[in-house]
Amino acid sequence: MTSVIGTWIAAGLTLAIFSFLYRDNPAYKFAEHLYVGVSAAFAVLYTWAFDIWPMLVEPMILGRGVADPVDRWILIVPACFGLLMLARWIPRVAWLSRWAISLTVGIAAGLGITGQIQGILLPQIRGTLLPMNSIDNIILVVGVITTLVYFYFSVEHKGLVKAGARIGVVFIMASFGASFGYTVMARISLLIGRLNFLVTDWLHLFR
Amino acid sequence: MKKEIPLLITFLTGVIIVVTFFIPHQPFGGMQQRLLIWYSIVLGFTLLLGVDNLLRGNIRRMARRQAGWGYAAVLMAGFVICFVAGVVSLARHNSLIALNGPFMYVYTYMIVPLQATMFALLAFFIASAAYRAFRARTLEATLLLITAAIVMLGRVPVGAELWDKLPQIQDWIMEVPQMAAKRGIFIGIALGTIAMSLRVILGLERTYLS
Repeated sequence: MTSVIGTWIAAGLTLAIFSFLYRDNPAYKFAEHLYVGVSAAFAVLYTWAFDIWPMLVEPMILGRGVADPVDRWILIVPACFGLLMLARWIPRVAWLSRWAISLTVGIAAGLGITGQIQGILLPQIRGTLLPMNSIDNIILVVGVITTLVYFYFSVEHKGLVKAGARIGVVFIMASFGASFGYTVMARISLLIGRLNFLVTDWLHLFR
Repeated sequence: MKKEIPLLITFLTGVIIVVTFFIPHQPFGGMQQRLLIWYSIVLGFTLLLGVDNLLRGNIRRMARRQAGWGYAAVLMAGFVICFVAGVVSLARHNSLIALNGPFMYVYTYMIVPLQATMFALLAFFIASAAYRAFRARTLEATLLLITAAIVMLGRVPVGAELWDKLPQIQDWIMEVPQMAAKRGIFIGIALGTIAMSLRVILGLERTYLS
């Protein structure tokens, strides 16, 4: 019975969102605001259950999963930084939240260097260092170099650089077109999924 | 004081992350992992600020009976329903994602359909955007049109019915020209991120303190 009620709720919300295709209307606004509300609660609960509880409360307050007392009590540091973030609620000491922001910015910046080198830059360069023994490899290498030339704005685009950038645009446009087509198909796939839910799970027109 | 200490914190944490990457031994080994945990914890507290802002704004709208206050009430109701379901799931099942818990019920029958339908709705708006973008007026627009059409047709059975080589051409576009431009863009993004991260760590970029 509960799953039947749930299916009717889901079908109602699906139709309410699709009603926007006609025009903006109260049913769509209802579903939209409901979505924001449940998503906010979901984010809070998810963060509590998968971040704050296992990473802070369990090891520091309950002492679970930590053998070394240092590992336990060092967690006071991020807890204090977290509380400093909440200093924004008190205007007189709101500037203290900068300390917490700085910690997150510093970690993100550090990861910006190491993560990009390890995860993006080196693998992409390694993947481009190909033997020039096939048309595909030549096209790939030329495409990467000319795309980089197109985005290189430190020199004026004239002469050889202009010619390179022009070829780069061809690759970029082909790539954008392919990515666009790929995205459209992903969205269509979701649309088919929702329509399938309506006619199969809700209306039981197909089995 | 109000700017120097934050700059020092950014510098130290940034340098520690970089150093631990190159020296994966004690006392540096494990520091990156520890800082990542700290990062998640602090971000968890940050979320409270955002949610507080959202709820406070909507409660104010309701209290002052401003235009659309009924929708603010719907938002608040959605928040309360999902939050209570989560708390009950945690209390009864000791887990947020217990399959028979009320939170998973809300997730399955409210969050999933709302989210999936929102994204599915974009299919229609992408189609109207495609009409404007794909008018073959220039070489670039023509390329965009041709590659998008091949990729779309090559990924569905009707494409193979029209021409059996279409799926192979689609694969080639994705693996060679598309990959080439994407690699160039990724390398550019990585170099840009590294440069910006260095500016932040060295204190040259301070906009986050304003």
